[in-house]
Amino acid sequence: MSDTAPSCHASTTATPADNPFLNGLWKQNPVFVQVLGMCPTLAITNSVRNAIAMGLATTFVLVFSNTLISMVRKIIPSQVRIASYIAIIATSVTIVGYLVDAISISVSKALGPFIPLIVANCIILERAEAFAAKKPVVKSFLDGLGMGLGFAFALTCLGTVREVLGAGTWLGIPLFGPHFEPWVLFVLPPGGFIALAIWLLTFSTFRSWRAKKKAAATPALVALSEVHS
Amino acid sequence: MNESLGHIFLDAFLINNFVLCVFLGMCSFIGISGKFSTAWRMGLSVMFCITVSGILSYYMNILLVHFNATYLRIITYIIIIAATVQLTEMFIKKTSPALFRELGVYLPLITTNCAVLYVPLMLTARNYNLAQTTVFSISGSGGYCAAICLLSLVRERIDLSDISSLAKGTALTLVLAAILSMAFMGFAGMGGGA
Repeated sequence: MSDTAPSCHASTTATPADNPFLNGLWKQNPVFVQVLGMCPTLAITNSVRNAIAMGLATTFVLVFSNTLISMVRKIIPSQVRIASYIAIIATSVTIVGYLVDAISISVSKALGPFIPLIVANCIILERAEAFAAKKPVVKSFLDGLGMGLGFAFALTCLGTVREVLGAGTWLGIPLFGPHFEPWVLFVLPPGGFIALAIWLLTFSTFRSWRAKKKAAATPALVALSEVHS
Repeated sequence: MNESLGHIFLDAFLINNFVLCVFLGMCSFIGISGKFSTAWRMGLSVMFCITVSGILSYYMNILLVHFNATYLRIITYIIIIAATVQLTEMFIKKTSPALFRELGVYLPLITTNCAVLYVPLMLTARNYNLAQTTVFSISGSGGYCAAICLLSLVRERIDLSDISSLAKGTALTLVLAAILSMAFMGFAGMGGGA
């Protein structure tokens, strides 16, 4: 069972809700709910500034690729659709790479190879395949925006924990005064794994607590939520 | 940059392990590490893909620089990778249909494994020559293979223990990965002398 549960690509559980924007931001949050795009999530979040920059770059790529794929979705033959999606995504990532270089060299240096690696971020291909390939342009645009901002939100959450504990600062502003001994582990790689594990546990606790609360009201819903989880 | 081959090997295999220190290929690292028998085969397939696509993109990069079209790098690399993965898939399907079924959807998805794209990006950034490229590809992907095997062995043991249902799944795997990553941090000191 645990073999398949956290799989990155296999989750196509996205249910089209009324509002694609809010759906991506919260209900189907790419990191906390779908557990997609783990590589940048763990690698870039050692400071809040990097996390926000990475989140915005990914948002741009998602919006761009979702909109474009949705525009051409009727022209692309289904046999070559994945290759076409990847070409569109790679184009938008190239644009973002040059944009980040132009805006801030220091951010571009800090993100390093992870800007071009947005191509290999599973969220983008998953959204293209699960949403943009079937839905009209405006909805796809909103979905890309929501998913991207949801991703940026998750990265910021993770970056906050890691920067506050690991360096004693938030966005470079010192929080605890001069006597704080930073918990260096959290800005190093193991801290990324631990911080994400803590966030996932927090969210699953919250969800099970809410399911229990619903159980008191309507027993039928609980059976449903247990099937889902 | 003129790094010695031994240094590149140590650096990519242990000091900057692709999975545990640079965070590449997390999806398959967490998704496929449930069983050792699948994990090492997945590791070997990824090794093959990385080595072949690394060497191919080394030559492709020379071509791109020659035609002054370096802005096409990302697209070219991803297409090379997709082709290599397709090749590996055909190869495995012919030689071992059982393994082909077992790896399932993860085999074509090696294309979106960031470790595979990381190699051509890094060897362009560091100006490696052919020998350095080969060593970097093999040792980096070997590091991936080692990490996924280690995690799968730990997870096989954990499966037998009694764990709260809340912690089961991704969160527990992440904690295990954190412990492994801490162990690999011990290698960080090795880089200084070389």
